[in-house]
Amino acid sequence: MTEPIVNNLTIQAATVNGSGSQTANLVLTRAIFHMGIPVAPKNVFPSNIEGLPTWYQLRITPQGHMARSDRVDVLVAFNATTWREDLKTVRPGGVVIHEESYSTADARTDVVYYPVPFAKLAKAKIASDTLRKQLANMIYVGVVAGVLGIPWEALEHGVKRQFLAKPKAVQVNLDAIKVGLDHYQDNFSKQDAYRLEPMTGVVEGKVLVEGNQAAALGALMGGVTVAAWYPITPSSSLCEYLIAYSDRFRTDPTTGDKRIAVVQAEDELAAVGMAIGAAWAGARAMTSTSGPGISLMAEFAGLAYYAEVPVVIFDIQRIGPSTGLPTRTSQGDVSFAYTISHGDTKHLVLLPGSVEECYEFGRDAFDYADRFQTPVFVLSDLDLGMNLWMTPAFKYPEKPFDRGKVLGKEDLERLSGDWGRYQDVDGDGVTYRTLPGTDHPAAGYFTRGSGHDEHAKYTEGADTYARNMDRLNRKFETARAALPAPVADETAKSAVGLIAYGSTDAAVREARERLAAAGRPVDYLRIRALPLSPEVAGFVTRHETVYVAEQNRDGQMFDLIRLSLPAELVGRLRSIRHYNGQPIPAEAITEPLLQPEAVPA
Amino acid sequence: MSVTLNRAGLSRDAYKGAATTLCAGCGHNSITNHMIKALYELGVEPHLLAKMSGIGCSSKTPAYFVETAHGFNGVHGRMPSLTTGAQLANRELIMLGVSGDGDTASIGLGQFMHMIRRNIDCTYIIEDNGTYGLTKGQFSATADLGSVQKKGSVNTFQPIDPCAVALALGCSFVARSFSGDGKQVVPLIKAAIAHRGTAVLDIISPCVTFNDHDGSTKSYSWVKDHEESIADVSFIPFFEEVQVDYEPGTVRDVQLHDGSHILLKKLGEDHDPRDRRAAQRVIDEGRANGHLVTGLLYVDPSAEDFASTEKIPATPLKDFDEKDLRLSREQFDQFIAEFA
Repeated sequence: MTEPIVNNLTIQAATVNGSGSQTANLVLTRAIFHMGIPVAPKNVFPSNIEGLPTWYQLRITPQGHMARSDRVDVLVAFNATTWREDLKTVRPGGVVIHEESYSTADARTDVVYYPVPFAKLAKAKIASDTLRKQLANMIYVGVVAGVLGIPWEALEHGVKRQFLAKPKAVQVNLDAIKVGLDHYQDNFSKQDAYRLEPMTGVVEGKVLVEGNQAAALGALMGGVTVAAWYPITPSSSLCEYLIAYSDRFRTDPTTGDKRIAVVQAEDELAAVGMAIGAAWAGARAMTSTSGPGISLMAEFAGLAYYAEVPVVIFDIQRIGPSTGLPTRTSQGDVSFAYTISHGDTKHLVLLPGSVEECYEFGRDAFDYADRFQTPVFVLSDLDLGMNLWMTPAFKYPEKPFDRGKVLGKEDLERLSGDWGRYQDVDGDGVTYRTLPGTDHPAAGYFTRGSGHDEHAKYTEGADTYARNMDRLNRKFETARAALPAPVADETAKSAVGLIAYGSTDAAVREARERLAAAGRPVDYLRIRALPLSPEVAGFVTRHETVYVAEQNRDGQMFDLIRLSLPAELVGRLRSIRHYNGQPIPAEAITEPLLQPEAVPA
Repeated sequence: MSVTLNRAGLSRDAYKGAATTLCAGCGHNSITNHMIKALYELGVEPHLLAKMSGIGCSSKTPAYFVETAHGFNGVHGRMPSLTTGAQLANRELIMLGVSGDGDTASIGLGQFMHMIRRNIDCTYIIEDNGTYGLTKGQFSATADLGSVQKKGSVNTFQPIDPCAVALALGCSFVARSFSGDGKQVVPLIKAAIAHRGTAVLDIISPCVTFNDHDGSTKSYSWVKDHEESIADVSFIPFFEEVQVDYEPGTVRDVQLHDGSHILLKKLGEDHDPRDRRAAQRVIDEGRANGHLVTGLLYVDPSAEDFASTEKIPATPLKDFDEKDLRLSREQFDQFIAEFA
């Protein structure tokens, strides 16, 4: 037998959508995480309810790499339809756990097979007819545990954690896992090199959270009181988590009153309209959607920009154009979200690069919206939003809400009612607003998407229009300086820089380690908001070549950066684009950077 | 000169707005005046009024009454969603929406229907003239089959009747009137405001510039010749006593949830406005006979509005702060630990 490979492998479970396989996948993930081993799970699932192939990839590295990897060390083949293709993906020396009845005639000879009669075992050992199909997946967890050496205590934890809300289900699931584990122990001896061993040092203090869970919690902590949404993959779970958390944390136990309204709207136009109406009336309001929904929200986004209504819009990006691949990830909405709506419209965009930032930006977006009285887009994506990520535990907010410039009754009395809704009193472009219901005769004003003057009166006056648009620009510049600054790491002191944002961060981190190991270290700047911080140009100035890595075909951020740079710096930029719907792997970044021309002369 | 103050301590002038920019003689201007009268007589506090509208001639009118109230002139056909959100944010607001036939029956039909389905607590007035005014006279979806455009073309499509649609969807208050009939419009506006839930009031409001000619069924003369009121309407707000002398059996008294009364004096056939099927029949028969049936068609004073169904507290959601809305530090830490 070869040298053991410890805690460094990728498990790929190939199953059938809707068969209950996801529960088994998550139990396995939580059990391994409980051993102190870093996990990075990725779901590759179809736009389908039941029957189509689905894959679950569980990457395990001692360093805690979170990006997707193309390599498959352990295949769990549970889908007859894709069996032949799945088998091709396994690396030489890898493990193949498969349903015994699948033919291995003419199959590869460079992998280790563990054929298991899953169907027969399920029939013989699982008593419940109704649960047999679901529990059959748990048998595979037992076999994997046997092959890799997952202790029973970790499996118990995984099941208990997975069935927190359904403690009754714990025992039957554990029994099913035991069936698989016993079968392995009774029938096989270890033939392969892969092992899992408890470890310390990386996962302590960390939790496993989906980005959409994190964003929902962020919104809750940010004080959202009106959320309107229309179901769309991959954003639906955000509002579904918000509903679940609101039932738990925002409901009066005696009256049943809810300190939040979550409305399932008739479409995305209505969803964003409700959010804007609520925000206009003074609530912290949001909607959550994905590509097609963002397209529908274009007109309302312009109204909120021009009438200056704060609203938070989560866009959990999926791949387009049009319906695209509804269950695959992308960073393709960046340039669209930035300028969505007709006319001279532009928006504040937050770009969370981790689930921790999904929480923080999901929370702080409401402050930015209120401070700048404008829509704030939070651009997450399917990879961040719907996969579990290992993350440091989230921090409790220390700051109170920032409700921005709102004049109340006393303020208006002090001003003797002399104020203008769109009057730039402070010179920062941000004006004062009042809320409906403010008991002062001067409080009311008329909000409109048509031309208006400093006192919100209708006008088609040329100078007034231009003056207002210039003031909106001033406000945008104030916001530019206030939004989350890029995170720079220039410790490599390299002439080569990398710029990325959002979920691409995971691949960049891993790529940088590999590049450094190959003697080609690179500096890194992670952008966290639009409009771009001046620090982006500063970073380009300090590097001879700068690669912009992102997950879209057209190099959308690459273009935005080029537009923002002085002409003499534009030539320094290179573009790395990954756009097949699968989360970007580190190789997509290391390969171009290891080319000879990547190093400036 | 003496000025009569209402229960809010305000004169009628306090309910005026900016000067209208609509055409002289436009039905919408009459409705604006009816609105001023109704709001003044009801003693609505301007700061609690939220005037909502979409896009079009009708949607401009909220600027022409109660200048001191907040107003929101949104995007075309989407006033219901803005109204829904604002209502949820602050249940104390009196939501008064003004829309047109294009805004409601064409581009905004979906939102109109879903607002009714949810029974948002608002008044939804349709200033219905069967034509697009600002874009110079195209047919709207409420134009009757066979009606003639100013330039001579004939409408070949069935009309969408907002009242029939509202009734079919279970709307809790449906009425129709005519801009020239202040005696009927004013009490209906008051009743619509007092009603808890979505109150749809379709007011035929002739467009003097593009749709007031022979061959139009939305002209002053056509409506005057074909209006058939089902009952004389009067409205007694909760703060006034019912002091009407009437012969027994001639008047129906509908009490709304806030204690106000709608009194309906029979004119022809006895119509019970709490009978939804009867209301549908009245609309159908009116249409078959070529009449414009006006009055309170249907009301369900017991219907629960959306914010109540959704268990929204009486305290406006906008007024909650960190302490009400955030998890406590203990709750937070405990919750995060569940993800381990």
